[in-house]
Amino acid sequence: MTTMEMRKDLFADERDDNLNVVGKGVQRQDMPGHVTARTRFFDDHAFDGMLHLKVVRSPHHHARIRAIDTSAAERAPGVKRVLRGADVPVNKNTLLSLINFGKDDEPSLAVNKVAYKGEPVVAILADSEAQAQAARKLVRIDYDPLPAVFDVEETLKAGAPVVNETYPGNYFEYHERFDHQKLRFGDVERGFAGADIVMEHRYQMSPIEHAPTETNGSIAAPEQNGRYVVHSCAQGLFFALGTTAKIVDVESNQLHFIGGTVGGGFGGKVDSLTEPLAVLGAMLTGRPVRFVLDREEEMLYGSPRGAERIYIKDGLMRDGRIVARHIRSYFDAGAYTRLSSYAAIKCTAHVPGPYWIPNVASDIYVSYTNRCPSTAMRGFGVTAVDFALEVQMDRLAEAANMDPMEFRILNAYRDGDMKPHRRAAKNTALVECVQVAAEKANWPLSEQAKRASSLLGGGAGERSQIPATQLDARGQIGRPDSRNGPVTQVLPAGTTRIAPSKQPVMEGARDGRAAPTQVPRYEPQRPAAPPPPAYQPAPPPYQPPGSYSPAPVHQPASPLPASPPPAAPAQTQHGAVRFSSVFGTRRR
Amino acid sequence: MAKLPLQFRLNGSDRATFVDPASNLLDTLRRGLGDFGPKYGCGQGTCGVCTVLVDGEPQLACLTLAVSCEGRQIETASGMADGPNLHPLQDAFMEHFAAQCGFCTPGMLTAARALLAKNPQPSREEVVEAISGNICRCTGYEPIIAAILAAANAPGARRA
Repeated sequence: MTTMEMRKDLFADERDDNLNVVGKGVQRQDMPGHVTARTRFFDDHAFDGMLHLKVVRSPHHHARIRAIDTSAAERAPGVKRVLRGADVPVNKNTLLSLINFGKDDEPSLAVNKVAYKGEPVVAILADSEAQAQAARKLVRIDYDPLPAVFDVEETLKAGAPVVNETYPGNYFEYHERFDHQKLRFGDVERGFAGADIVMEHRYQMSPIEHAPTETNGSIAAPEQNGRYVVHSCAQGLFFALGTTAKIVDVESNQLHFIGGTVGGGFGGKVDSLTEPLAVLGAMLTGRPVRFVLDREEEMLYGSPRGAERIYIKDGLMRDGRIVARHIRSYFDAGAYTRLSSYAAIKCTAHVPGPYWIPNVASDIYVSYTNRCPSTAMRGFGVTAVDFALEVQMDRLAEAANMDPMEFRILNAYRDGDMKPHRRAAKNTALVECVQVAAEKANWPLSEQAKRASSLLGGGAGERSQIPATQLDARGQIGRPDSRNGPVTQVLPAGTTRIAPSKQPVMEGARDGRAAPTQVPRYEPQRPAAPPPPAYQPAPPPYQPPGSYSPAPVHQPASPLPASPPPAAPAQTQHGAVRFSSVFGTRRR
Repeated sequence: MAKLPLQFRLNGSDRATFVDPASNLLDTLRRGLGDFGPKYGCGQGTCGVCTVLVDGEPQLACLTLAVSCEGRQIETASGMADGPNLHPLQDAFMEHFAAQCGFCTPGMLTAARALLAKNPQPSREEVVEAISGNICRCTGYEPIIAAILAAANAPGARRA
């Protein structure tokens, strides 16, 4: 079998060589079940008298529901129960309400309107799947179609149809006040003004369906003592349990979730698409209820990875240094929030990529459109912006007439570099990753690029500092619509925290749906904090200092600094250095 | 519609049941006889997770009418092991980490079993062709191919 390659030459002084498992093959505990076909997935359970649940879905992207007539379906052969929105105890939920984040915005069964094609409106429980499917066709729903919006930027414009009444501006409201996630570091406009080349490109991702071989589904059945057992495909079993308990309005100890065997998830099985209605059906009929999406439903209405539109504007010096980067991104949530609000936070934490850039700005929006709600998928919020960033890096390297590998080594974070998030970079390793990748691909690197190290040249001078950050005329950190307006205030260099304003402010106000405030957002505390910033004239264009540390690899004249002696690693009982990706204790 | 009687051999045992004339073999095995080895993935014959052997030939159970199996020999992944002794393919799948979520594994094993029964020493290309109708969405094809090639060279591999 294949073995993992261990590169012990990298960070040799920091390595824990007492590795007992990493790099070796260890048999998985679930493998015998997989190869003998004894692993039980959620659907591999038999119950007597089991009912099959199917939902009637909206044929419209956006429509008001005028009337629903289920009488013919209720009389159809084998049908035991028909559910509508009014039957769902708590018919509005948002997934992250379990951690008190965001407002409940999505019904289990639509009541007054549908906001995407495929939204469930009515649920039918019948003795067989075929009977449930046949009865679906007998449900009469009178729709009044509404104008729909599918574009992440169009939806934010005045006059766009309101997709989701909980968020009438068509954007997710962070902390009920902010229309996007914002990052400001230094002064990108000054950086662009002083750059040799300014390059802006637009990147568009598609939605991606996870397409697990096992479709989403669950089986719920009455247990003893008023409890319900739920065989679930959920990737987060307790997440699904909490969500279901809230929607069917029972204590969580009344639900007995069994799972952990997921026939492919990739993020597409965290939305509890089936568990609440299956449990509700079991509660109302007293019989086991199976609710499984068929393949067509999985592909069309199983939530996908949200599409993102990303704009990147860079200021580049002829010698290959990036001196300013502005990122504007719109995350397509579809009609409801689900986990998109989290994706934009992850995206903001990820920009500007693994590169040290002295002036950075980013504005990441979550837009609602009349599309199927999107959700988690393998690094959502990060992978899309990485695609955009790395394509942009190749374009920049070409513009600077540099080798793309060396261009990345030149601009990569080194240990100690100040990130735009106002934290020092630790445990950086992009330089080494590029070096190893180049070696594997027989890609020639200059001697200087080969000698570069994540441990060398970071955190010195400008690279370790939090620069002064520009505020706009309203005292806010760079509203998109005033980005080119006059600068009136400056956040002093070294400012790590801004006391948040308590005022309700909606930056993206439009259509009078949310009134913008006139109160400056930057409210320095007194007297502990620096004095409030007085008006300062706009500083001259950003001039990158002549000599940089580390020495750019493409300037063979400037020698690399001598390698400092490696810091003594922290001692542990077994003599190894502890590593934690969360707390970053590999070094230091 | 009246149900029809149906008898066949499943993994070496005689089984009898009643089925709807329109029932497919997949539902009959899973819901009628309780053999959950074959899975439902698409119901359209595109993913291969329901692959079973009918008289030694790999077939997609979701596209096979149950009544067409009267008197046939049906074999599924559930019957591959001989008591506690695993089939060489099962051993090789374990050894080579040829499963991630495990959902495609029964169908993969069955497709591989049909291949080795006919062609005990397949080339890599023949292995790839044999499992080309089986989707592994975790994209673990390389370990699966390695496992099948290893099983072909293992002692006892010719046991179908």
